[in-house]
Amino acid sequence: MSLLEIRNVSKRFGGLAASSDISFTIQKGEILGLIGPNGAGKTTLFNIVDGFYPPTKGQVLFKGQVISGLKPHQICKLGLARTFQVVKPLQRMSVLDNVIASAFLRAKNKAEAVEIAMETLRFTGLDEDQDVISRGLPLGKRKKLEIARALATGPELLLLDESFAGLNHSELNESIEIIKNIKARGITIMIIEHHMKVIMSISDRIVVINYGQKIAEGTPQEIRNNPLVVEAYLGE
Amino acid sequence: MKKYLPLIVLILLAVMPLAGLAGLLSSYILHMIILVIMWSVVGMAWNLLAGYCGQVSFGHAAFFGVGAYTAGILHSHLNLSPWWGIPASIVVVGLFSLLLGLIVLRLRGPFFALATLAMGEVMRISSENLDWLTGGNLGITLQRTWVDKTNYYYIILAIAVAAFLVVKYLMRSKIGYYFVAIREDQDAAESLGINTTLYKTIALCISGALTGVAGAFYTNYMGYIEPSVVFALHDISIVAIMTVMVGGVATFFGPFVGAIIMVLLAEVVRSIPYLGAAHLTFFGILLILIIIFLPNGIVGDFQKIKRIFGAGGAGK
Ligand SMILES: Nc1ncnc2c1ncn2[C@@H]1O[C@H](COP(=O)(O)OP(=O)(O)OP(=O)(O)O)[C@@H](O)[C@H]1O
Ligand SMILES: [Mg+2]
Repeated sequence: MSLLEIRNVSKRFGGLAASSDISFTIQKGEILGLIGPNGAGKTTLFNIVDGFYPPTKGQVLFKGQVISGLKPHQICKLGLARTFQVVKPLQRMSVLDNVIASAFLRAKNKAEAVEIAMETLRFTGLDEDQDVISRGLPLGKRKKLEIARALATGPELLLLDESFAGLNHSELNESIEIIKNIKARGITIMIIEHHMKVIMSISDRIVVINYGQKIAEGTPQEIRNNPLVVEAYLGE
Repeated sequence: MKKYLPLIVLILLAVMPLAGLAGLLSSYILHMIILVIMWSVVGMAWNLLAGYCGQVSFGHAAFFGVGAYTAGILHSHLNLSPWWGIPASIVVVGLFSLLLGLIVLRLRGPFFALATLAMGEVMRISSENLDWLTGGNLGITLQRTWVDKTNYYYIILAIAVAAFLVVKYLMRSKIGYYFVAIREDQDAAESLGINTTLYKTIALCISGALTGVAGAFYTNYMGYIEPSVVFALHDISIVAIMTVMVGGVATFFGPFVGAIIMVLLAEVVRSIPYLGAAHLTFFGILLILIIIFLPNGIVGDFQKIKRIFGAGGAGK
């Protein structure tokens, strides 16, 4: 059984088909890259998977259970967490409090929530910033905070929406390292990324969408050599 | 020192009526202090919902009034002591808040605020017209239990201390983290597994019930209630907001400081002759000044205030 199954999902915003009949699966333990030009419908797909938008048609199954129709907090509780492309830090809370708030989902008490949060901050390299009010964080660290917060909910599947965008070279390398460590912990990842070198190097498989449709799926090698993809995307 | 400040204040408050016995404290001053403490309770309640959980209400008079009428009606219809209104209002206003929440908590931001504003007015007009239940515009009059104010003082002080401890305890626990997370970003909170609807409802119910208790106390203390007083938009809903804004939104002591200032201001303004309804102008001006100069209120911007006065003191 696949960890996640997207089954013929379509989403319309008025006249705009943001997703059209998309189907693919994610297997436990893999990193799946989701790529496509700007406005292709990648974020929309995340919003459907994690319950922010109901699909117009189709279904999403997580661990064999239909989750379309559930609320985001219920889906999170089942073990599916996400980050936001436009970061949403809890602005007037410290970095640590941001992560404690999410760690409460699996913690029995506050001491345990703090412990999970501290461990997560160390894991993501934010431990030195734990007392910073998150409004004052530079972008690179906000992106990391998004990841830390999602991780602290104890997910089995993590959806990362452009976690690398706007990072400088050293931040980029750190984040790639973090993603690899997350995978090593047995957490499955679906990642949206425009940075081709990165996505090709970390993904086990890649799904390409364009104008709301899936145009290709395969290993990085197959995607690189797919004429449709080259035309729609890589050729630019 | 700072750690013991609340304790010292509490001890002072506890022994204060002894000064009254010694004739140092007039009944009028004790009355002012009782009002300050009562408004602190309303302020703490509003602060919990709006300051911490981010759901700004313009209709807390609805809760205050339902609490006040719970006490009044228990007396006028069931011949019970209106003091039963205090425990009863926790249940009645709690349930009322729950119902209200089902309607208004679907709305966000300004839409929520407008819906609560409407709710306050709906309750006022309903209570004016439900003569059989509320006595309509004639209101409800009851015999006060004591002539002396000391007992009322201790009762409202106990309520305030309980409210303070409840708020403090909640804000340290998971619920508090969830409230603030919802205030900061509802979508982010939802994605972190927080049932935002549930926790907003909890905030509304606790806030409503606390305000209702203050209302029930008011009935007992004043011995008379009428719709235009206990469901008042300006004198209850707006004053609740101002108490917290002036004192400091999302601070533990803001509601106390704000209550002192609001009660004093109302008294001063009332003593100016021929002012009538124009006293609201003063509230408006104060609010504008606060928003411009102390957006975090007196407690929230205390460091800033100290700096300004410190600089002045240095003769610059
Ligand atoms: N809530 C919405 N209402 C209306 N249209 C929307 C909404 N959300 C997204 N869209 C539209 O759907 C299309 C897909 O948007 P989406 O954000 O999913 O693209 P994306 O692939 O994530 O792009 P990018 O790489 O720029 O982040 C866009 O045309 C966008 O304008
Ligand atoms: Mg996007």
